[in-house]
Amino acid sequence: MDFSDTPNEAKFRKDARAWLADNATLRDGTEKVQDAFMANTPEEVTAAQAWQKRKADGGWAGITWPKEHGGRGGDEMQQIIWNQEEGRYKVPPNIFVVSSGLVAPTLIAHGTEQQKTEILPTLLSGEGVWCQLFSEPAAGSDLAGIRTRARRDGDDWVITGQKIWTSGAHYSGYGILLARSNVDVAKHKGLTMFVVKMDAPGIEARRIKQISGHSSFNEVFFDEVRIPDSDRLGPVDGGWRVAMTTLTNERYTLAIGRSVGGMRAEELIALAAGVTLNGRPAIENDQVRAKIAEFASRQRGMEFTSYRIMTALSRGKEPMVEGSIGKLLLGKLRQEMASFALELSGSAAGIGETPKDEAGLWRVDYLTAPGNRISGGSDEIQRNIIAERLLGMPPEIRADKDTPFSQLK
Amino acid sequence: MDFDFSNDQEEIRQAVARLLDDHTSFAKSHDLLDQGTGFDRDLWASLAEGGWLGVSIPENYGGSGMGPVELAVLAEEMGRTLAGVPFGAAQYLAGPALVEFGSEAQKSALLPALATGQKIVTVALAENSGFAPDAVASKVVDGCISGVKSPVSDGAVADVAIVAALDENDAAGLYIVDLKGDGVQVDPLDATDPTRPQSRLVLTGAPADKLSGADAAAINRLIDGAAVLVAFEQLGVAAHALDISTKYALDRTAFGRPIGSFQALKHRMADMFAKIELARSNAFFGAWALAENDERLAEAAACARLTALEACQFACEESIQIHGGIGYTWVADPHLFLRRGWHLKAMLGPATIWSERLVGALKTPTEKAV
Repeated sequence: MDFSDTPNEAKFRKDARAWLADNATLRDGTEKVQDAFMANTPEEVTAAQAWQKRKADGGWAGITWPKEHGGRGGDEMQQIIWNQEEGRYKVPPNIFVVSSGLVAPTLIAHGTEQQKTEILPTLLSGEGVWCQLFSEPAAGSDLAGIRTRARRDGDDWVITGQKIWTSGAHYSGYGILLARSNVDVAKHKGLTMFVVKMDAPGIEARRIKQISGHSSFNEVFFDEVRIPDSDRLGPVDGGWRVAMTTLTNERYTLAIGRSVGGMRAEELIALAAGVTLNGRPAIENDQVRAKIAEFASRQRGMEFTSYRIMTALSRGKEPMVEGSIGKLLLGKLRQEMASFALELSGSAAGIGETPKDEAGLWRVDYLTAPGNRISGGSDEIQRNIIAERLLGMPPEIRADKDTPFSQLK
Repeated sequence: MDFDFSNDQEEIRQAVARLLDDHTSFAKSHDLLDQGTGFDRDLWASLAEGGWLGVSIPENYGGSGMGPVELAVLAEEMGRTLAGVPFGAAQYLAGPALVEFGSEAQKSALLPALATGQKIVTVALAENSGFAPDAVASKVVDGCISGVKSPVSDGAVADVAIVAALDENDAAGLYIVDLKGDGVQVDPLDATDPTRPQSRLVLTGAPADKLSGADAAAINRLIDGAAVLVAFEQLGVAAHALDISTKYALDRTAFGRPIGSFQALKHRMADMFAKIELARSNAFFGAWALAENDERLAEAAACARLTALEACQFACEESIQIHGGIGYTWVADPHLFLRRGWHLKAMLGPATIWSERLVGALKTPTEKAV
């Protein structure tokens, strides 16, 4: 149990601080809230790519990646330190979480040597922004029910179908695509994973507007899109296992991404100090203080939970299921905090009326939180994972698990 | 950085867990419950014999000189096994107070007896529904305390109490009081957890031996440290309450399948687990802050306390519901956990008090490395 730096970690932190001081500007509390992992404007995409490139050139992009793949070869504790230090600076949204958090571990586990050699360096440098083409209109939580077809044609595969909820597809150069290659076997057994270039003929991405007002995800249509077999990721009909690697990494990437929680409890204190409740500053109200304390204790706990996940990783354990805990707690906390903040403004109840428009920031948080409770596996899916894999409860009844896909209703 | 127990600490856990598993059982807890006074003397003797009562007492006073993190390991196991012994008040509060503020004579007189279990030591902080220095009204005049302290864990069996009281200048301090001596009246209280008996001490000019330097700030620090250790005990209770629930949910069938296969119960147990793990993360930070005497101890302790209170109460309450009708009966085990949870809540007070402590700690800006 040691929350302080070892001498090596202190050296790493010092180096990181020095580099950041030379290359970025400290946050000063006036930053507009943003999606931590999503760009909402083309300018944000450009800025994010430039920042990623600069980090890659400085040797700070792939901290835990093996040196053979161009990374720093560091450990998870160094990643925590980097996240802490980078978090103090004004930096663009990290639109590379799919690339580095999901695609990279999937490639390292299942890719061919050629795929690793060609793709991994581009993930680090930020040239290639990646998206994850999994969910479909008729298959979200029940991912194995996807219908997008992959038909073999000579050395190519031909893809036809529709994906949805694809974050960042409109600015991604590449995607990993799960498609149905075999309809004559049970639904989990006929899937294959591919790497796809998003500018290939026959692909069309249409943006979807979310309740937050942002448009960070898309519908993606595939019309006879040709993919060479060399871009297949993992075995034919073996895509489910590949996808599981991606999804387990997604859960804990979301759980350990510190900034995804949005506003901090300290910002609630500042808000409560500035608004009036029953003729007194709201911060002097006992109910307000009790809620702020509850939120703060949960937020701290989540932060330390992410550190525990990193510790398990650094000890060579695979705590992937534990990512579900952080994922489960995060969205709900964000939603409750933002709702409380909006109510703090009393009769205005979230209508921004100050020049700084603090209510506006909280409103964006409030309207972003529902997405946190769905993306990367809904709250309900996370609870199933915890109950089944950590607590040993019986799995859900899956009436269709042995039926060939072609015979499913 | 390393956010988990070390291998050595896990070995300590296994050793103490073996001893506790050998000497505790639900049947024994039920006996203590029905009896309503006293404690598990067989377990107490075994803990003393194994050296487990002196874990964080320095070696030159008969202990083994380990730190708060090792004590946290013990606390979690004591909670898990619902141990019915006068452990917490002595180990989390009285021991640290004596080690830090006792004179050589005071330490020599009490620490070896505490470490070997020869004397039962408790603390009497609470009165007027509070336990922090600002709630104290008991008064020391000419070296003798008068006042009413309540509740006091194990007051009926303890030999000595460390009592919080005001001096002639109304400054809070800590005093050693011989509970077998003059001016001490011990009244039994009706506790939610009769396996951990509570008392009211009525002190009428009881001779008091001051612990020098234990001022209000020091008492608050001791309370913060104890909150961290109690959080581990709460984690032990909560995790075991969840454990008996999952076992029951696999065993019990309804509508032709185990009730643990229904999402209504799966999801509730997942929520129990998530709350426990969240509290565990805060407790880990608290243990480190306590061991390092970090400036963030107050914040860390309040976070650990608040999330442990929530996790423990939720797990214990829902454990009864998951057990259904049988869980509502006296002879069943789930209410043992619920009662212990309330004992640990009473020990340092509920969330209302700790929310205030946390907001107070957060308002003091400090340069945060983490």
